[in-house]
Amino acid sequence: MESIPYEHGLILAAILFVCGLVGVLTRRNIVFVLMSLEIMLNACGLAFVVASSRWQHAEGQVMFLMILTLAAAEVAVGLGLIIQMYRRFHTVDISVLNEMKG
Amino acid sequence: MIVLILVATLFVGGAIAWASEALDARMPRVVALLSLLVSAVLLLVFSLNSGPDVGSPGGQWWILASWSWIPRFGIALLVGVDGLSLLLLLLTIFLGLIALGAAWDEIKERVGFFYFNLLWTIAGVVGVFTALDLFLFFFFWEVMLIPMYLIIAIWGHENRAYAAMKFFLYTQVSGLFLLMAILSMSYLHYVQFARFSFDYFDLQNIALVGSLQTWIMLGFFVGFATKLPIFGLHSWLPDAHSQAPTAGSVLLAGVLLKTGAYGLIRFAVPLFPEASDSFSSVAMTIAALGILYCAKVAFAQQDIKRLIAYTSVSHMGFVLLGIYAWNLYGLQGAVMTMLAHGLSSAALFMLAGGLQSRFHTRDMRQLNGLWAKLPMLSAMALFFSVAAVGMPGLGNFIGEFLSLLGAFQSNPVATIFAALGLVLAAVYSLWVIQKVLHGSLQVPNEYSNAADLSLVEILCYALMALGLVWMGMYPQSFLDVSEASLLYLQSLSGGAA
Amino acid sequence: MQNWIGLLPAFPLAGFLLLVLSRGRMTKTVAGIIGAGSVGLSFLLAVMISIEFLNSGAQPFSKTLWMWMQVGGLDTGFTFFLDGLTLVMILIISGVGFLIHLYSTGFMADDPGFARFFSYMNLFVASMLVLVLADNLILLYLGWEGVGLCSYLLIGFWYDNPANGYAARKAFVVTRVGDTSMAIGLFLLFSQLGTLNIQEILLLAPTQWSTGSAVAVAASALLLGGAVGKSAQLPLQTWLPDAMAGPTPISALIHAATMVTAGVYLIARTHILFELAPSVQLIVAFVGLATLLMAGFTALMQRDIKRILAYSTISQIGYMFLALGVGAWSAAVFHLLTHAFFKALLFLAAGTVILSLHHEHDIFKMGAMRRRLPVSFWCFIVGSAALTALPFTSGFYSKDAILLAALDHPSYGMLLWVGGVLGAFMTALYSFRLVFVVFFGKSHYEQRDTQQHDDHGAVVENTSPAMFFPLLILAILSLFGGLISVPVDAVFANGALHEEAHASQFLHALMILIPILGVMISWLLYGSLSYEKAGAHLRKQLLVSPLGGLLNRFWFSGWGMDKLYQTLLVQPFLALAQVNRKDIVDLVFNSLSYVARFANSALVLTQTGNMRWYAISLVAGLVIVIGLGVWR
Repeated sequence: MESIPYEHGLILAAILFVCGLVGVLTRRNIVFVLMSLEIMLNACGLAFVVASSRWQHAEGQVMFLMILTLAAAEVAVGLGLIIQMYRRFHTVDISVLNEMKG
Repeated sequence: MIVLILVATLFVGGAIAWASEALDARMPRVVALLSLLVSAVLLLVFSLNSGPDVGSPGGQWWILASWSWIPRFGIALLVGVDGLSLLLLLLTIFLGLIALGAAWDEIKERVGFFYFNLLWTIAGVVGVFTALDLFLFFFFWEVMLIPMYLIIAIWGHENRAYAAMKFFLYTQVSGLFLLMAILSMSYLHYVQFARFSFDYFDLQNIALVGSLQTWIMLGFFVGFATKLPIFGLHSWLPDAHSQAPTAGSVLLAGVLLKTGAYGLIRFAVPLFPEASDSFSSVAMTIAALGILYCAKVAFAQQDIKRLIAYTSVSHMGFVLLGIYAWNLYGLQGAVMTMLAHGLSSAALFMLAGGLQSRFHTRDMRQLNGLWAKLPMLSAMALFFSVAAVGMPGLGNFIGEFLSLLGAFQSNPVATIFAALGLVLAAVYSLWVIQKVLHGSLQVPNEYSNAADLSLVEILCYALMALGLVWMGMYPQSFLDVSEASLLYLQSLSGGAA
Repeated sequence: MQNWIGLLPAFPLAGFLLLVLSRGRMTKTVAGIIGAGSVGLSFLLAVMISIEFLNSGAQPFSKTLWMWMQVGGLDTGFTFFLDGLTLVMILIISGVGFLIHLYSTGFMADDPGFARFFSYMNLFVASMLVLVLADNLILLYLGWEGVGLCSYLLIGFWYDNPANGYAARKAFVVTRVGDTSMAIGLFLLFSQLGTLNIQEILLLAPTQWSTGSAVAVAASALLLGGAVGKSAQLPLQTWLPDAMAGPTPISALIHAATMVTAGVYLIARTHILFELAPSVQLIVAFVGLATLLMAGFTALMQRDIKRILAYSTISQIGYMFLALGVGAWSAAVFHLLTHAFFKALLFLAAGTVILSLHHEHDIFKMGAMRRRLPVSFWCFIVGSAALTALPFTSGFYSKDAILLAALDHPSYGMLLWVGGVLGAFMTALYSFRLVFVVFFGKSHYEQRDTQQHDDHGAVVENTSPAMFFPLLILAILSLFGGLISVPVDAVFANGALHEEAHASQFLHALMILIPILGVMISWLLYGSLSYEKAGAHLRKQLLVSPLGGLLNRFWFSGWGMDKLYQTLLVQPFLALAQVNRKDIVDLVFNSLSYVARFANSALVLTQTGNMRWYAISLVAGLVIVIGLGVWR
């Protein structure tokens, strides 16, 4: 079977990662920030999968599974925090929350 | 054994004193007095009935005992008492009692905790003077600092937070150097003998060459010299002394400064003889500089306690000079200066504290002509100032004279400059006498009915004065005790530094 | 009896302790008895010891009371040593000391600090005795510092006046400069010879050092530093005139008879070291000569009766130094003895004058006191005659011996002799100026303060037995003390070959006549009533002329030495102390904390609390790190 060159996979992962990063840096709505984070995580996962198929090693797949669980946990905690945030501050705009200023 | 009992008495006494505050506010000081008296009696009985054990290394240890503690890292409860330690232990317990006398009526808040800190500081000092395992030594080194930090920070005067923080930072940072040096010694022992050891006698066997020896020696030197303190590292001391309560100043000046000198004599020079030898000219120059510089700064002070603090630095210069001369005269001079300065500076700080509690000021511009009003206090102030000038017949003279005599043989130039300090000592001491005791009477109005010395004060001053006269007229009784250990320490470094 | 030598200083020391511990609760009678009696006991003991000493062939003798300190090669006992020189000194100290103590019971009778005064005095006598009895230099140093301390305490005895405190501090600090030089000399001697025992040093030094070797020069020069400080010689003489702020008996005992001659004693005691260093010995002679001339000129211009006597003391000690410098050791000691008599007499008589005139010190406010103060007058006549070295008084014999010895100096004999004779002329001039102005002429005394007690205006001479008796004894000794022979030949046996001096008849006659000439000129200028107008006119002329005025001011200020030290040493020190009150070293360490604070406030800015900012900095950091990795 003709395989996709692993460079293509990695480029796609990089593009996804940068998209997510730009989302994290530019969005003010915390829900979108969380979604962008998910994209970044999945970009990393994609890179792992590509690498594991390139070298015929199972560790990459294992790492992807770990990332998957991590992302699930993160979403659970993150959404919980967002709900708390909305309850307390009545906003989902993260730039409003800068009380930790030094 | 006696050492453990001594330390335990003080630790436990401190704890009981703290707890007993719940019963009565007057209880803690009684408990503290009892535990100090027990220690004093133990120590006296020991020093009168015992003597050097001929079988010990150098044949000069009165006690040398060891218990296992953390064998995996070669850490043991190794304690030893020789003539040098014994003299300093006696000084410590004696000044502990004096400090207690100073605190007796002065401390009125959180009494229990105060006496707890006081006793723990003393316990730490006792440990420092006896520990021969460097890990244990460092442990006690820290034990004596933290209660002292609390004493300054809680019961100090108007600027106490600043002073306490400064004291703490200086001692911690310099303690870090000390710790690094100790750990490198232990590691080197591991490299050379395949096991860790903090044992004083083991560490003497390490072969150290070249710059490594110098660097480790400098680690020890900085740790101890900050405590002494030497010129350049002294600026914590005026603040700490002037802000501490009287008892704190008494202990700081009388005892804690001596731990630095003790460390230099016991560890810094004998463990690194060659490095110390080449370093001695630097150290003696620093000593001479410090003597002159701090005498000059002392003269300019208006706060009595700050002034006495600077004179302490100046006098510690003679100790440093004597130590780095590293001959018997210099070392005996250093030890005698430590003892005599312990008494004289403690008395002077107590007098300053007495003035503060009577007139609520330490500013010399507001106090004048006290002789007419407080003749006894003034006579005592005169006596101890004269002692600080180095009047022959009193202990300080013996110490300074021997230090200079010894120093002259190894470094005449530094000695000549240091001797000029004798002139400056006269300048500042007489200035204080003139400002505070002589002239026409002038005190803050609202306190013009201050009373002369109380019975407790008379007792304390009389004891210290007698001690100084004893040291000055018959120093032989002290010189004999310390001689064997100083000869032993000299022999460790091949007799020359 | 000699075994009891330890009691000599012990009596006054016990007196001191008793007086101090009684804390002023004693009556004045008891305090006086303890104060004077303890010194009297010492004197009796000293006399008995001397009789035994002289009868037993003047053998030096030493006794160790206890081991003081023994460190390595340093072996120092609390040991007293007695020989002829020490004997002379202990007799002067306890004898003259006792007389002055006795006098003080009268002089200080009205002072509230009576017991304190006697306690300091007793401590002084004890320290001074230790100084001269010491067999090693450390013990000598103990006495040396002890007398300095007592001098300080007694100059500042009337402590409510800050000026007295200043004078006292000045005395202590200036002499301490000399003491420090002496201490360094001790260190040097010990490092070279390995002992501080005086007799051992004197034995060892000639065997180890060649004459004129650098070590000998350094050691004797350092000791000389101590001596000039204590004995108020150039360049450390400035403290003595100010020291007159103390009660007059103090000036008599400490600043005339005993303590200030300690320097002479020190040099005489260690004379072998000075013989090994001829250059330093010559310096001693010239220091003495310069001092005696300087002080003589200065004394001529003073108005304060005690300052005149103080400068005269400096000048007379200059003669002793001159004698030491030319190797006339026993002449120096002899002059020390006679000077102790007549200068103590002069000071005590001056004290009587001052007391009678209610603490008036200015001689030009006295005048014509001849009849009103007869006892003082005759004492002054006797004392001044001895001071001027008029024939057959005690001072004549001793000064004669010194000048003849100076003449015999191989290279500078004539110069030293002429200087000494000029000094003798000045001595005659200033001492009889004092006598004539105070006791002759018209009275200028006015009741200064009518607010005080009624009897304060009256001039009544206090001639209570306690004050009269010492004056009488001292007057007799001043007249006939020249007949005493000092038993010091054995001490100086190896040196001093030129004590058998021979001068031509002409020079000898000149030496006798010149002081008499001085007295006569003084009479013309200050004394004779018939010449009073002319004398006054002449004096005025002298002062008005530019040179005269300049010299007057220059001499009056003690040759500007005070001013010199003030600008060269004291003011820079004060300024430096003032500038650096805050301690510049502290600044260095505090600047560390300022740096930390500044860094903190700068870094705080990065903590915006804005999550996006953190994320950006995180990414930027990552990019930089990866970039660095790729770049390499």
